[in-house]
Amino acid sequence: MTNVRSRTDKSVRIFFFSVALASIAILFMIMLFLFMEGIPIFKKVSVTEFIFGKLWYPTSSPPDFGIFPLILASIVVTLVSAAISIPLGVMTAVYLAELAHKRVAELIKPVVELLAALPSVVIGFFGMVIVAPFLQETFGIPTGLNLFNAALMLSFMSVPTICSISEDAIYSVPVALKEGSLALGATHWETLIRVIIPASISGISTAVILGMSRAIGETMVVLMVAGGAAMIPESIFDPVRPMPASIAAEMAEAPFRGDHYYALFATGIVLFLFTMLFNVIADHVTHKYRQTGEASL
Amino acid sequence: MEEKKIFELSFEKALCRRKRVQKILFMLFRIAALINCAALFLIVAFIFMKGWKAITWEFLTQSPLEMMTKGGILPCIVGTLFLGIGAIVVALPIGVASAIYLNEYARPGKLLRLIRLGISNLAGVPSVVFGLFGLAFFVIWLKMGVSIIAGVLTLASLTLPVIIGSTEEALKSVPNTYREASLALGATRWQTIYRVVVPAALPGILTGAILGLSRAAGETAPIMFTAAVFYTPNIPASPFDKIMALPYHIYVLATAGTNIEATRPLQYGTALVLITLVLGMNLAAIVWRSKLRKKMK
Repeated sequence: MTNVRSRTDKSVRIFFFSVALASIAILFMIMLFLFMEGIPIFKKVSVTEFIFGKLWYPTSSPPDFGIFPLILASIVVTLVSAAISIPLGVMTAVYLAELAHKRVAELIKPVVELLAALPSVVIGFFGMVIVAPFLQETFGIPTGLNLFNAALMLSFMSVPTICSISEDAIYSVPVALKEGSLALGATHWETLIRVIIPASISGISTAVILGMSRAIGETMVVLMVAGGAAMIPESIFDPVRPMPASIAAEMAEAPFRGDHYYALFATGIVLFLFTMLFNVIADHVTHKYRQTGEASL
Repeated sequence: MEEKKIFELSFEKALCRRKRVQKILFMLFRIAALINCAALFLIVAFIFMKGWKAITWEFLTQSPLEMMTKGGILPCIVGTLFLGIGAIVVALPIGVASAIYLNEYARPGKLLRLIRLGISNLAGVPSVVFGLFGLAFFVIWLKMGVSIIAGVLTLASLTLPVIIGSTEEALKSVPNTYREASLALGATRWQTIYRVVVPAALPGILTGAILGLSRAAGETAPIMFTAAVFYTPNIPASPFDKIMALPYHIYVLATAGTNIEATRPLQYGTALVLITLVLGMNLAAIVWRSKLRKKMK
């Protein structure tokens, strides 16, 4: 009797373990298929030419497969959006965790969650029909669909990520630290900037990295709002074509298993490696600089 | 005596200044939080104001007519529900089982860390890369073609990390005394899990399922190459049919339609239906969850 029970228990355990491997399996399959469909392009162009080539004319003959303008666009859009979303996200997190009245915080938290839940296509649509004409008139620029607009829209997609993870980090700073600082005569602000934020900096960095990872991989917003010109931008109001936009816009027209198709999958590999790098760094920061109460200060 | 007075005076002055600095800076934090609320409000308000005129009974119950310039969006609504629900039906059992392993069975160690890293990486994969994966694996390699089933499986891989995360949170909120009591009565680990832990965590798990459903329903890039098409007049009859979906419909009408300006009201209307669906589900999940948390306390 006991034997049967413990045997069932063991097989159930093994079953759950194998299901838990599904995520890794899917991740592995994603890599496998990206590489399978992307590698053939490197028979035509070398890896350096592909990554540092400045011309992206996949449909002209002979075609140019240089994704440097796309990579640069992705990086610049992400950095500009980070310049907006990091202060906004971290400050909102501080406000929610430290300043807001409990009732107010309970109202604002759902707002941040709903912001995260807005479908990206709706944010892209908003950027296209409302923000773009507004920018065009206000700044007198030829097109409102540009780098700045895309970065602005993206920042509202990464704010919720940054905000909720930072908030958890700030929240888990031991109260004793805060009380100690206040007891020494520091004001609330001084306590915040000298004690609470340094104590939660690892969590906040994780939040920032994950927020940027979300921004660099976001597709619909840059597809609809960034303008779509595969050129190296000279000003913040130039139209650009980040990697996800290029993949999404061209995949439907690329001939099946032609060079263009392979090149788009190879662009996918580059994009995937970027987000993977962000995630591995975030994971490393979380584990290495783990917040362990007083010891982290 | 004199000296002490001077010291006290200058101390008071400095304290006053420090408090003023604090006041100003805290105001900035409040403004940051307000900007988020304003952003959400602006997006929802604009789409509501411009979209509600388009919402008629015909709009919700008819197929598109005359090159998409007239008629309704019924096939898109049905398609989005099919895709969203299908994705959850696939992802929920896998996600819940993974979370049970992670929270109930796994011991801290290298393997657990690897699985967690896999899950966080999967959560960070850009949506367009999921689209590429779906195209290469489900559509081409498994020969499913552009179909509902390929879209459902792609979206399921994307929602899996969401489900795992929320299920784990739900399992963590079940007090350990429940488990201990059950084990003390002689139940095996598995009996404890399915008779005690999972029933106690069920409402939380279902909340996560709603969040996952809304996420899947709002995604565009993963279904662009795997399931969605510009136009198909029929309500799908088999899982191998192509399908229309709300997010893709907005994207196509706003960027590639034959008459972008003329279909503007339809675009706003479609966007309104989509955000009502997605935000409604999220709001329901948030309200339900906050009720659960109060009950737990």
